[in-house]
Amino acid sequence: MSAETLARWQFGITTVYHFLFVPITIALSLLVAVLQTLWVKSGNERFLRLTKFYGKLFLINFAMGVVTGIVQEFQFGMNWSEYARFVGDIFGAPLALEALISFFLESVFLGMWIFGWDKLPKKIHLATIWLGAIGTLISSIFILVANSWMQNPTGAAFDKGDTTVENLRAEMTDFAAVLLNPVAAATWTHVIFGAFMTAGALIMGAAGYNLVKLNNENGEVKDVDDFRWATKFGAWVLIVASVGTIFTGHIQGQIITDLQPMKMAAAENLQKSEACAPFEIIPGVGVPCVLSFMATNDPSATVKGIDDLVAEYNEKLAAGEPLDARNQLQVTTAAAKAGIWTEGADPVDFVPPVLPTFWSFRFMMGLGFIGILIGIIVLVGTKGDKIPSGGKGWNAMMLAAPLLPLFASSFGWLVTEIGRQPYLVNGVLSTHAAVSPGVTAIEVGLTLVLYTAIYAVFAVVEVSLMLKYAKAGLPKVVEPEVQTDDDAPLSFAY
Amino acid sequence: MNFSFAFNLPEVSSVLAVVWFLLVAVLWIGYLVLEGFDYGVAMLIPFLGKNEKERRVIINTIGPVWDGNEVWLLTAGGAMFLAFPAWYATLFSGLYLPLFLVLVGLIIRGVSFEYRSKNPDTKWRSVFDWLAAIGSFLVPLVFGVGFANFIIGLPVVPDPNNPALYVIATDAANVGQVPYFWELFSPFGLLGGIAVVAICLFHGSIYLTLKTKGEVKERAKGFAKLVGLVTIVGGAVFLICQNLFWAPMFLSGLNWILVLVAAVALIGAWLTIGQGKSFTLSAVAILAVALGIFIRMLPTLGFVDAGTRTSLLADGSLLGLNIFSAASQDSTLTIALIAALIMVPIVLAYTIWAYWVFRRPVGVENIPDDAEAVPA
Repeated sequence: MSAETLARWQFGITTVYHFLFVPITIALSLLVAVLQTLWVKSGNERFLRLTKFYGKLFLINFAMGVVTGIVQEFQFGMNWSEYARFVGDIFGAPLALEALISFFLESVFLGMWIFGWDKLPKKIHLATIWLGAIGTLISSIFILVANSWMQNPTGAAFDKGDTTVENLRAEMTDFAAVLLNPVAAATWTHVIFGAFMTAGALIMGAAGYNLVKLNNENGEVKDVDDFRWATKFGAWVLIVASVGTIFTGHIQGQIITDLQPMKMAAAENLQKSEACAPFEIIPGVGVPCVLSFMATNDPSATVKGIDDLVAEYNEKLAAGEPLDARNQLQVTTAAAKAGIWTEGADPVDFVPPVLPTFWSFRFMMGLGFIGILIGIIVLVGTKGDKIPSGGKGWNAMMLAAPLLPLFASSFGWLVTEIGRQPYLVNGVLSTHAAVSPGVTAIEVGLTLVLYTAIYAVFAVVEVSLMLKYAKAGLPKVVEPEVQTDDDAPLSFAY
Repeated sequence: MNFSFAFNLPEVSSVLAVVWFLLVAVLWIGYLVLEGFDYGVAMLIPFLGKNEKERRVIINTIGPVWDGNEVWLLTAGGAMFLAFPAWYATLFSGLYLPLFLVLVGLIIRGVSFEYRSKNPDTKWRSVFDWLAAIGSFLVPLVFGVGFANFIIGLPVVPDPNNPALYVIATDAANVGQVPYFWELFSPFGLLGGIAVVAICLFHGSIYLTLKTKGEVKERAKGFAKLVGLVTIVGGAVFLICQNLFWAPMFLSGLNWILVLVAAVALIGAWLTIGQGKSFTLSAVAILAVALGIFIRMLPTLGFVDAGTRTSLLADGSLLGLNIFSAASQDSTLTIALIAALIMVPIVLAYTIWAYWVFRRPVGVENIPDDAEAVPA
């Protein structure tokens, strides 16, 4: 395999793996902050116990998110050096600002939150979890601004007229346009709602499992009541967030159709342009006009097919025109290619891998919908004072609940990233031209194997710890107080 | 809103590039000074902790702060990407395997702190103690080798297919064929690795003398005395070699002054082990050494022409990959500079507050029994 293919696999594996921890980090930190706020406001011990129970699950997950995130930042330079050089003026800014503004916030304040129970007054301690959680939220804005720029490179131009060698790159013309990229707004809201689906389902799943178990074993009434509350709370978060996810997904579909029509065509395996295009649930089973509605909000509109897009792009390529005349960076890059700059090596084939895009899109929606269904089943099953009788089916459902929206998020990213191929920067820089020229296939292959092995081992450890602490039930708590005795045991220590 | 500038004076570009180079240096120094001690502390877990509670004492001295310390590295990396994309691209792809080792080290140590306490099993804990120690050894070792090679000069050639992108290689024919790897481990490269590990151990053991109580504190003092000597000797050889064999292009007088500052600070730190100023002095030593190395990286960022092994080309011009050619455009640098000038003081303020909150030393009496530990 070539270094390029291996580098793509490495990016795929390490990024999908990293993103397994991201949604839970973002949304669960905020939900734990909500629980702790409820405790501080009401003084009700239930919320302190739930804060500590879910706080622990959050931290087990957070540790993996942190360490796998570092790989992401280094990887741009290590495997994609021409990409890093070409886009650094624009892409580097959100990355650096993410570290400066959000990573410091989340790391320092979550450190204070973990160890600060007996060191900080109640309200200040509460502020630390909020600041940490807000840090994770800000971080998601920056990284999605960066990713969205790859989908729709706004606010930039090629070399701004200076033709010396070091200036053969994309430069920023409008920082506000980079931040206010319409793709970023749609993607961010979609990702955040998806994250809340996952975290809501996690809260519901862990609580629902314990609720039924304790109820069947005649556990303490207090524990049962607390878990019943948490089960419903999680289910409501899941369902409300799913409404937001569907709505923002619909908007995102329209933006993709407008700016990256090839991605939409590939996600639907639509060969020929079609009016009132059907949505295929599986190949051969189509619902008329639904795709047209998803893509344009108009059931009768024409959706462009792969064949027509390829013909259109080839024509433009031959004429030295950009794929999309509205995009300043595409326009200026196409002009430069005709003259001085030939390194953006135009792709031989404009079509992204169709099958993975097509199926990922379906898995994303399918898993998401099953997740919502479980949320509804749980709400119905726990209505009023009802507690389901349990059994293997219930336990399987509680375990599956958080995994369904989580894997749906992974598949969503596969559509986004595979569907952008053959480009890294849409219409500007091909993946082929962006790879590090000096890195050998042996280096990428070796590190790919080792990353995968290390990640696999830690995945087993992480999941076993999550299950262990989810099954452990609610902790006994004492009201935390600021400790002034230097010799007293700490309320929390590693 | 449009932030691009109507004027584009070369002077502004040059000043911005130098300011950003200094800012990158500040971030790296912040990282080395802060995470330097938590590498040292973590390396010492299996050695200075004679029983489970003592090992937990050691870990808990850095528990609340290590993650924040590590963000300095992430920010330094991000700042290189933002301000000098061509530097970031050439360096990170060129030092591929060493950076992989850094990442592995960071992964295994970061997970260990959080996961070790999640199971009382002795074997489990021992595994994570060693992962924390090995990871914390690997990272400064590799960075030390790397920094020594910035002093020697990393050979670069333009990518034969893309004159705008430089690649670390001994020869244009080697690009994409032979990785530049074994050459990094020259005697001076290895000396750099050992020196950085030693100074982290010294810095970390001094931190432990201040943040622990009882026997662990005494043991940390004894170890600091020992490793301090190694650091002083190793550091002296390293600093003298670098100035004798690889004279900086600029400010060589300042470089000798920094050597002197580092030497005085290290000896001062060694003489005052157990007192607060000892830690300040070891931090000053790290700062002086790192600053000296960054000054040496001007103006070609520690790169040399692969053919001539100098930063100057045959026609007297500067190597094409340098601080000015690698810099981002002015508007990017300006916007980010404003953000940095606002954010860095804020980050420093809350970081200092965090250290103040966790200012009390930890002793075995402060470590709750496992059964008592309330999960947070």
